[in-house]
Amino acid sequence: MNAGFRERQAYWLLIAPAFALMLFFYLLPLVQLLWISVTEPAPGLGNYKSVIASAPIRRIVWTTLRVCIETTGPTVILGYLIAYAMVHVNRGQFAWMMLCVMLSFWVSVLVRAFSWLVMLNTNGVVNTFLISTGLAAEPLSLAYNETGVVISIVHFMLPFAVLPIYANMAGIDKIYVAAARGLGASPWQAFWRVYFPLSAPGIVGASVLVFVFSLGFFVTPAIMGGGKVVMLAEYISVQIQDLLRWGLAATLAALLLIGVFAILAIMSRFIDLRMLFGAK
Amino acid sequence: MSGERRAFGRCMILGAAWLAIAFLVLPMLVVFPVSLTDRYFLSLPQDALSFEHYANFFHSAEWLSATWQSFAIGVSASIAAMALGSLCAIGCWRLSSRASEIVRALMLTPIIVPAIVHALAFNRTWVQLDLLDSYLGVILAHALIGMPYVVITVSASLANFDPKLEQAARNLGASLWQTVRYVIVPAIRPGVLSGGAIAFAISFDDIVVVLFITSRHIYTLPKRIWNGIQDHLDPTIAVVASLLIATTFAIVMTRHLVEKHRQLQRGVGETEGR
Repeated sequence: MNAGFRERQAYWLLIAPAFALMLFFYLLPLVQLLWISVTEPAPGLGNYKSVIASAPIRRIVWTTLRVCIETTGPTVILGYLIAYAMVHVNRGQFAWMMLCVMLSFWVSVLVRAFSWLVMLNTNGVVNTFLISTGLAAEPLSLAYNETGVVISIVHFMLPFAVLPIYANMAGIDKIYVAAARGLGASPWQAFWRVYFPLSAPGIVGASVLVFVFSLGFFVTPAIMGGGKVVMLAEYISVQIQDLLRWGLAATLAALLLIGVFAILAIMSRFIDLRMLFGAK
Repeated sequence: MSGERRAFGRCMILGAAWLAIAFLVLPMLVVFPVSLTDRYFLSLPQDALSFEHYANFFHSAEWLSATWQSFAIGVSASIAAMALGSLCAIGCWRLSSRASEIVRALMLTPIIVPAIVHALAFNRTWVQLDLLDSYLGVILAHALIGMPYVVITVSASLANFDPKLEQAARNLGASLWQTVRYVIVPAIRPGVLSGGAIAFAISFDDIVVVLFITSRHIYTLPKRIWNGIQDHLDPTIAVVASLLIATTFAIVMTRHLVEKHRQLQRGVGETEGR
């Protein structure tokens, strides 16, 4: 395509409105936020030093990382299971499975967190059931703790794991497993030594996606944590809404942003990130 | 014997997968019985089913205005995202130079940046621009975070669009605007619309950004649900949740059936053609 200069200019005019908005009302505000982290209350790296030195913040970061790891594992395993079934069932069953995944994918994040609160509350549905059937003598504490937070984040992230793993598996030719079986491998060997390595890019992609999304997740942890399990995003929000500590909040936001981009930059060496975000 | 064992293994995997899918869908359905409770706290109906909380929702000026506000903001933001995002994707597709690739990558940043981070950034800038707690401010923020999805879906549609059609239109004397309006946009309509649907859902569902750029004037549905969950767990929230889930299910189901219908028709067309 060798468009002339004026022609190219005309196409830049199509890009201009969207890009100008993105630049001035999104990217510049982000830069301004990062700038606050090194200027408020005093210029320099003071904010970063105090973040590193602060024991409560270290605890928050540790909680966040722990919850992210505890979430990513089960999410990817369940996602792998669903995707594996999806590529191996007939078309009718596949359509139903995909429908269920898309249903939960499109339901509001707040509504989903709220459902889990209704399920796991002290006098919630699960506890009512356990007590009325005599399986438990007193209500178990399931909400407002890490178990509840992890369960509800796994629930939210599961479609994000199923879709990339499925996309990868759909591209694996079934002939490889058949060949392995023909050469005398047991079903387990054929899966573990042939199919599993081929599906690894999907697993890595899904793990990165779920981990990165969980890292800055606000809604579900804030609702299910009930102030007892505080992750980074909620902590940042409290710094602004209740304490107006902009310098500290901007610093934590900057660190979160750096963390997310660092993970993506490292992983982009192993997998095609554009595939992950559907950009390809 | 090994055949039996293999069939058994298959059943186990299939059963486990359906269990995982049940985990995905069933917990959301719990809000339906709870919305029909006869009590004033969140619980399953104890003595009788009651539609009182539904009546409460449909007679509450606050809940209805919140629903209406969210809808109006969602529609405006997604229209803006569709229009600007599509033009941007078309420009990048046609230029496909290094510079336009960088622009396209920058257009996608809102997907990767955690919501809490851009919520803070919006707050700070919106204060300076006096956009805080205004419709324009919320619509602009939502259009910006929805736009990347339109860029992605439209780019995907354009990948299947023959550039020669565009050149033909231009050579036949169509202006750039006419080419976009009458040749390119009709061909990529599915991409534009699915991007718009995602942008609408993101706006309609957003709580994080709204918490940071609105106060008393703008009160969207997610904000009312959020505040309801924070102070007293009123069963009206279960009503709202049920209505939202039912609407989502209806939309996804309809799309699923339309798709199925189309596939069937296409299948029939192919056999007839043979």
